[in-house]
Amino acid sequence: MKPFDYLRAEGLDLASQQTAPDGAMAIAGGTNLLDLMKLQVESPDTLVDVNPLSMDQIADEGDGLRIGAQATNTATANHARVRSDYPVLAKAILAGATQQLRNKATTAGNLCQRTRCYYFTNIDQPCNKREPGSGCGAIDGIARLHAVLGTSSECIATYPGDMAVAMTALDAKVEIANGDGNSRTVPVRDFHRLPSDTPHIDNVLEPGEIITGVTLPAPVGGTQLYRKVRERSSYAFALCSVAAIVDMADGRISRADLAFGGLAHKPWHDPRIGELLVGEEPSLALYDKAADLLLEDAQGYGENDFKIPLARRALTATLCEATGVEA
Amino acid sequence: MSAHLKQDQPDDRNVLDSTAQGIIGEPLTRPDGLLKVTGTATYSAEYDIENCLEGVLVTAPFAKGTVTSIDESSVTDMPGVIAVISDQRMTPRAIQGTAGEAPITGVCKVDYWGQPIALVVAETFEEARNAAKHLVIEYDADDDAVFDPQAVEPKPDDDPTRQGDLASAMSDAAHSVDVEYDTEGHASAAMEPHAAIAEWDGDTLTVHASLQMLNYNISELADAMELEESKVRLIARYVGGGFGSKLGISQEIVAGSVAAMELGRPVRVVMSRQQVFQNVMRRSETTQRLRLAVDSEGKLTAFGHEALVSNLPEEDFVEPVLQSSHFLYAGENRLLESKTARIHLMTAGSVRAPGEAVGMPVLEAAMDELANEVGIDPIKLRLNNIPEEHPATGLPFGSHKLAECLKQGAKAFGWDSGPRKPRQNREGEWWIGTGMASAARVHNVGEAKARVTLQPDGTALIETDMTDIGTGTYTILGQIAGEMVGLPQDSVLTELGDTRFPRGPGSGGSWGAASAGSAVFLACEALREEIADKVGQPVDTLTFKDGVVSWDGGSSSLADVAGDEALAKEGHYEPGDIAEDYTAASFGAFFTEVAVNRWTGETRVRRMTGAFGFGRVLNAKTARSQCLGGMVWCIGSALTESLLFDPTDGHLANCDLAEYHVPVNRDVPELEVIMVEERDPVGSPIQAKGVGELGMCGGAGAIGNAIYNACGARLRSFPMTPDKVLAAMPDD
Repeated sequence: MKPFDYLRAEGLDLASQQTAPDGAMAIAGGTNLLDLMKLQVESPDTLVDVNPLSMDQIADEGDGLRIGAQATNTATANHARVRSDYPVLAKAILAGATQQLRNKATTAGNLCQRTRCYYFTNIDQPCNKREPGSGCGAIDGIARLHAVLGTSSECIATYPGDMAVAMTALDAKVEIANGDGNSRTVPVRDFHRLPSDTPHIDNVLEPGEIITGVTLPAPVGGTQLYRKVRERSSYAFALCSVAAIVDMADGRISRADLAFGGLAHKPWHDPRIGELLVGEEPSLALYDKAADLLLEDAQGYGENDFKIPLARRALTATLCEATGVEA
Repeated sequence: MSAHLKQDQPDDRNVLDSTAQGIIGEPLTRPDGLLKVTGTATYSAEYDIENCLEGVLVTAPFAKGTVTSIDESSVTDMPGVIAVISDQRMTPRAIQGTAGEAPITGVCKVDYWGQPIALVVAETFEEARNAAKHLVIEYDADDDAVFDPQAVEPKPDDDPTRQGDLASAMSDAAHSVDVEYDTEGHASAAMEPHAAIAEWDGDTLTVHASLQMLNYNISELADAMELEESKVRLIARYVGGGFGSKLGISQEIVAGSVAAMELGRPVRVVMSRQQVFQNVMRRSETTQRLRLAVDSEGKLTAFGHEALVSNLPEEDFVEPVLQSSHFLYAGENRLLESKTARIHLMTAGSVRAPGEAVGMPVLEAAMDELANEVGIDPIKLRLNNIPEEHPATGLPFGSHKLAECLKQGAKAFGWDSGPRKPRQNREGEWWIGTGMASAARVHNVGEAKARVTLQPDGTALIETDMTDIGTGTYTILGQIAGEMVGLPQDSVLTELGDTRFPRGPGSGGSWGAASAGSAVFLACEALREEIADKVGQPVDTLTFKDGVVSWDGGSSSLADVAGDEALAKEGHYEPGDIAEDYTAASFGAFFTEVAVNRWTGETRVRRMTGAFGFGRVLNAKTARSQCLGGMVWCIGSALTESLLFDPTDGHLANCDLAEYHVPVNRDVPELEVIMVEERDPVGSPIQAKGVGELGMCGGAGAIGNAIYNACGARLRSFPMTPDKVLAAMPDD
């Protein structure tokens, strides 16, 4: 760990100024950043402690719900309205990490967590995400956890989180302050990036921008599921996960908002899948078509080839569960 | 005064069954338990030592080659940096268990990725760690390192066991299986990392270290540092898990000792979690071929078990995959052969239950395939084939509880002995199935010494360099002494883990309890004789209970007997020629029910029963905990645990507890442990045998067999991760 300066953010605009320079980073729960600093994967000159901003409220906003940037994962997952109106979010959060980590991890920190690619976290290995231009060790290496959708020749890392996958299905919005009293809103669906030829840039945050909260739309009802496939049943990142909000009317699917984790550099959302499903009668054949759409451009890298059939099965299982199709 | 026994004969006196205190075998609570769960037990790195420097190991970012230069000036001006140590006395590899001599020295030559090559010492840990990341080294990396054991020509380990004609027996048999399995590498993944604080006072080197076998370790360190053993002291009062990874001294101990002697200040070196994974010890991956055949009566006629394992060049250790296969089942035509491939992955060495941990699950999976082939209950197949004596040596067993374990375990589990067909039971999207396996583990003992002192106040003190690595040594030694001299648990103080005490075998190979326990037992026998002398009564007429010795017509408190002088006796136990006359082993059986997800191939263990016979139970709580721990390891090795080495440069990719998947609480269901009462007169003078490792010797096979029974996927590869299960699962 490199020595660093520690600053406390005593106000939002100040926090923005403090985090704007190269080498400055915001820290909230620290459950990811501290580990990476110990490994020298991250070596900030300045850490800006944003905890004094106290942005941890969870409150109604219109018919929706606003979750403060610093609400802990535990607080969010246990919030009465999250449990009743957005169960997919509660389920996804509870499927992630451990209770101890969730007690510290925050909404904004969770959105900004970095990949768990083995090559990213080992500074003696090539990684274009950690050190642009150094190569990708995973493509010909241990790629079991890696992406099959939206990859590039530069990077096949996955976004590791669960919370954002549910927020993607819910079409939640990230609220971002930029330091001069202005703010902007970015859909969670657009917050994370694909690696392309700049895999070192995880998301659309600009220097000095601070996430202040995430807003959830008015409750959409339906059956809300989060299926996370993993070899051990807790404290493991998803081999593949599916967040699903599915509703039925008159024997036909009336809503199908789906998002996928563990498959790409971002929570994966393909609007064509919802369009295909809505208005149709549920059936295995239909779900097969949905999987075809999801995976039409999927590419495996040897060790992770299994994710392609696994994603198909996880999608089918989730849709069957949501719509009562017996298979 | 000392009492010495070299055990050449069985001891069936069962002395501990006729004593009066009544605490032996009882589920007494650990005296050290509260300290541990409240964080107040002091582990090796936690001693608050004045003026202590901090050392951080620098490791090689390549697998094979030579470090040509280390540019100390690249870090010497950094804040707090005191020195860069790359002394050629430092060791590149952790040493194998019971070596008792200096490990390989010289850190310039690199043989595996992540090998320590230098130690950066600074005033604070943070300064040392930062400087370690900035140390500039130059090296010549060879490009001919091989990491795949299948890519080199392996060499046979020992003469194979050949009896009869395996090939003919296979072709003539009514039923047979000829199958190949593989298992992946495992890590010990002990919670406490490898850590040491070395202090040099100009005369004596004192090292607090996390070690299992101090009696061997002191020789190793003294030899490495070219010191007399009398000038070295090792202390390991609490050890946060070892599982074989702390049998021999490891790199941080030698590096810290060199630094402390060179710099004249104490030096603490704690390996990072990644360093522990990358350079302490791995269990070799294995490839195993099983050839089994039975006649029409279900009696084994052919038994072939071959194994390919790997290790670094120059390492003697071979994962002893076939260890229990030699005697578990009968069969007159036998072939057992092991080969080792030399590759450049980190040292392969002992990880809990070396050999049986991977050999037994594969044997037991192949037995399940055979039972399926024959169409008989898998328990019956095993009962049919329990040998009367060791099939190769002809030596009788001291005791043998496999049949009882199979029967009692089956009954407790509710095993359905009817015809077995896979894919019979589905609950929602989960296939449900059951499986079983036998357990077996060789029994070992080692030379042990312990001193027991009856204090003037009538309490007792036990001293030995034996370690408690979480197994319960503090508890059981106190129970043995309390039982023998008639004292309740809280009147016996046990001091362990210091080479100033009488030396013992340490913890490893499940031999600690029987060996150190026998030394304590012998010391107590001598103490009882002395007390008998003092009270003027024959020892066999005395009753020792609650601090009082009594006889027909009289009694005396132990405090009165001791008088002003403490009575001290040393017990010295040595394994004897008994091994030439008997086979000693622990046996057991596993039964498990699993659920396999029909969509995703995820497998969850729903319940597991283990029945074990391991001689006398010294403490029903700590012994049960050992069995539980073993069964948890079964779940991990069956379903999740696997070391992932990069095929290009040989580095270990999953080197922390987030990515090396040991079971978590949610993976472990209700586990039932049945301890089958047994006295093994061959095992030790206290009739106890090894238990620590037995609980994981075969259970992964039971889980694999249950996966087959549940969903029809017959996997021949451990761990059975969802991708492998899905690939083998029949279509609906």
